[in-house]
Amino acid sequence: MPRDYTKVIKRIDSIASKVYNDLESSEIPNLKLPTRTKSNIQFDDKLSVWKYGKNMTERSAKSLDGAYMMLRTMYMVDFIKGMIKTNKSSTLREMYYISEGWDLAKFHSQPESDSLAEDLEVITSCMREDFKLRPEEDGARVIGNLTIEEMTRNKTKKKIHCQDDVGDSGYSIPYNVEPEKLSFKGADADFILAIETGGMFDRLVENGFDTSSRAILVHLKGQPARSTRRFIKRLNEEKKIPVLVFTDCDPWSYRIFGSVAYGAIKTAHISEYLATPAAQYLGVTPSDIENYKLPTDKLTKEDINALKSELSDPRFQETFWKHEIRLQLSLGKKSEQQALAKYGLDYVTDTYLPEKLAEMGIVKK
Amino acid sequence: MAEAIAHELAKKQKEISVAEFFERNKHILGFGNPTRALVTSVKEGVDNSLDACEESGILPDIYVEIKNHEDGECKLIIEDNGPGIVKKQIPHIFGRLLYGSRFHAIRQSRGQQGIGISAVVLYGQLTTGKHAKVISKIQEDRPATVTELAIDTNKNRSEVINRDIMHWDKPSGTRLEVSIVADYKRGKRFVYDYLQSISIVNPHAQITFKEPDGTEHLFERTSDILPRTSVEIKPHPYGVELGTLIKMAKNTKSRKLSSFLKSEFTSMGDRTTKAVCEKAQLDKDLSPKDMSREQFLALHKAFKKIKIMAPSTDCLSPIGETLIKRSLKHETQEISPEFIVTTSRPASVYSGNPFQIEIGVVYGGSLPKDKTVKLMRFANRVPLLYQQGDCVSTSAISSIDWRRYGLEQSSGKGIPSGPAIFLTHMSSTLIPFTSESKEAIADIPEIENEIKLAFRECARKVQSHIHKKVRRVKTREKFELITKILPEIAKKSSNMLDKPVPSLDKVITKIMDVIWIEDLIEYEKISAKPVQSTLFDGSSEKREGGWITKSTVMVVNYKDKPQKFNLYAAIPEDAVVGTVTPKPTKITDNYIKWNLEGIPPADKRDIYFELAGLDKGDFDENDLYVEDINPSYVIGADKWEGD
Repeated sequence: MPRDYTKVIKRIDSIASKVYNDLESSEIPNLKLPTRTKSNIQFDDKLSVWKYGKNMTERSAKSLDGAYMMLRTMYMVDFIKGMIKTNKSSTLREMYYISEGWDLAKFHSQPESDSLAEDLEVITSCMREDFKLRPEEDGARVIGNLTIEEMTRNKTKKKIHCQDDVGDSGYSIPYNVEPEKLSFKGADADFILAIETGGMFDRLVENGFDTSSRAILVHLKGQPARSTRRFIKRLNEEKKIPVLVFTDCDPWSYRIFGSVAYGAIKTAHISEYLATPAAQYLGVTPSDIENYKLPTDKLTKEDINALKSELSDPRFQETFWKHEIRLQLSLGKKSEQQALAKYGLDYVTDTYLPEKLAEMGIVKK
Repeated sequence: MAEAIAHELAKKQKEISVAEFFERNKHILGFGNPTRALVTSVKEGVDNSLDACEESGILPDIYVEIKNHEDGECKLIIEDNGPGIVKKQIPHIFGRLLYGSRFHAIRQSRGQQGIGISAVVLYGQLTTGKHAKVISKIQEDRPATVTELAIDTNKNRSEVINRDIMHWDKPSGTRLEVSIVADYKRGKRFVYDYLQSISIVNPHAQITFKEPDGTEHLFERTSDILPRTSVEIKPHPYGVELGTLIKMAKNTKSRKLSSFLKSEFTSMGDRTTKAVCEKAQLDKDLSPKDMSREQFLALHKAFKKIKIMAPSTDCLSPIGETLIKRSLKHETQEISPEFIVTTSRPASVYSGNPFQIEIGVVYGGSLPKDKTVKLMRFANRVPLLYQQGDCVSTSAISSIDWRRYGLEQSSGKGIPSGPAIFLTHMSSTLIPFTSESKEAIADIPEIENEIKLAFRECARKVQSHIHKKVRRVKTREKFELITKILPEIAKKSSNMLDKPVPSLDKVITKIMDVIWIEDLIEYEKISAKPVQSTLFDGSSEKREGGWITKSTVMVVNYKDKPQKFNLYAAIPEDAVVGTVTPKPTKITDNYIKWNLEGIPPADKRDIYFELAGLDKGDFDENDLYVEDINPSYVIGADKWEGD
């Protein structure tokens, strides 16, 4: 049954109406939306995630930049409306290329058009999917004792076991992980381990960590895509499996954890939909650098600034993070997951992870 | 014993010859080393030629050639199209040191600058042993005379070695050929710089320079108008020295002190004369010839205590803002500077000597950004090439904080760094040089102050130019917004909603919320109609053809209320105003003023004026000012600060 888009169209039209009415009543057209910065996110007690606060940004046609932005907004909503009417969808990248033909309203780079698409989500309280836009990013990989039922493009349901039915690269998460597309059938695991780097994911697969430790391994591929985060959240909440995040030891990796557990600043309008508040950080922590005497690199100027910025980030105000970040600043060092190989290829699966998991009370020693 | 010594000394005490005098003072005279000697020789020759041409009302066409010989000897040839020199005078002018008429007259002239062309001839003779050759022609239908001459260094007299006549194609002119010991390799750049500099401050002169390898450089004429001939004036009481005062009194024909003061000095009227006599406690009927030293002293002191009107300044011959700009523009073409601004200060006076400061600033283009600013100094249209550090213009520039004007300067003092050239020109009846070498102007507060004021004025113009550039970008942005983007937004939103496109006039007024002034300058070549040129009063001449500068100013009221205010357009002093619409309230030498009455919202006014007497490009930027309105309401004009 085709989805009903009446509501979406109504909301999109409301943007055009706002601009039109302003012009008709001789007002300089403007659009308001929550300020999408670090200073304007606050913890939502009900949802246990970080959402945008009350600060609003005004997009006004009084300045040239503002006027360009508004014109692009007009073009984008018109384009989305067109897609809905003709029952088409496009990737964000495709839309960027289509915008090349928007004359004065064309973008200078894709991040600009991606960001405007996010703005539209925020203004209309719709999701990207409602706009028939999808991301470019291919899904992350999953290996573990988990059975997924996916609705294929032939409209048939297919069950996939994420160990027996997949190769060494695992099950690939599709961009749509909503229940109409994907559901979890069976899962028998003690925890989900979300891993930053492909190298570490492959190491754990090769060492058979998913079977030996009853783990579902998810590769984050750096800053995780929306579908990866949504996948982890659903798995955590539907199957009640704890989530652990295993990354490098640097400020950028903490932000990856932040977007999994707390919600990302850019997508704070849909945090309750993407974030997994129960996710825990496993490592590598600055304390681990000391405890495991890991090989290190010096912090760069950018690293130091990022760490300092995290100290003032409302999401990182817990004692654990304050302590670890300050420790790292005093060490002046950073390390990688794969630095654990210093002690041999099996060290991470035989020693490091079991010790950390026991410490966190996930498995008994 | 003492007597014996006196006799001994007496044997040695003999008249020193000019050769010895020259030898002892050659560093002061500018012949200290072979590099310097080359530049000084060229300078003396060119100065001489320029003076000769100007005095007889001829536009100078000067040819300079240097032939280089292997052994450090050069042959210097300087030729002009001046009036020529009568046969009898040639030996005196070229063969006798300190011969001339300009030393005693009080007026602006180049001649005060150097020791004279005879010094070059003497230097050549002393260093090479060769004779100088002078070719001169004074009348079109007569042959030229050729004179070969030497200097008798003991008598300071010239000796004519040979005389001849020849055919010369020129209607009139003079050519000097002299061999000198000179360092061409090192001096080359200085000669070039000197000729370029002199061409900048003498836009009416055309100079050709031929190098030993045959390369020719042409410094083109950029103005067809000769400088105003400077007038000789009487001394001003403030500037006269006691000794001179006594000498003047002894030689006067006046029988009474009062008439002596009135007739021999400038700026002395009945009232001032009476006041001076009273202050000095001297009888105005006293005979000047019978006055005692004490009485002269009292008179001399009284001069300084009485306020005496400044001397008339028409004895000066400044170059003028427009001409400096034009020649700087011409000479800096290769640099393609971003802009050139010039300022002429009104004439002023130091110790009774009239003087006037003119400044030019060249900015941007391919000038080096990390080097100190190049200073070009001139006195009475002659470049000053050495002793830059001792010059009052240097100290004036160094005392200005240039960092405010976008140039680098450590701790706000010293010569700034940046892509700029600073030109300073002082005209005066008496240039107060620091020393006989006449390369630096002395540190006199009145002069330093005028130079500073001139540079500040220029710097303000520079700032306003930069300001204007920023403003133009903003204006362009706003224009893009209201003419392109906003209509598109309206079109798109109405299309989506299937509604008619709303009128945008009021929104545009709200977005702009300014009085918007835009201007355009165009030039039109005219050929048939002769133009009255007023570049310098004495020389209004009719020229065949020329350019009309046409300036159009559009004023649009983008405020939501009607607006009335006064608009001023600054114009160059030396331009002649032609057609002006609408009718201006006032036209002066420096501006045109309009009273703009009640412009309704979204309405516009077109203003137009023509300027004649300027070349194409002389006026390339409108300077617009507004009055009786909040200047922040206005884009395209600054606040009028008064006349």
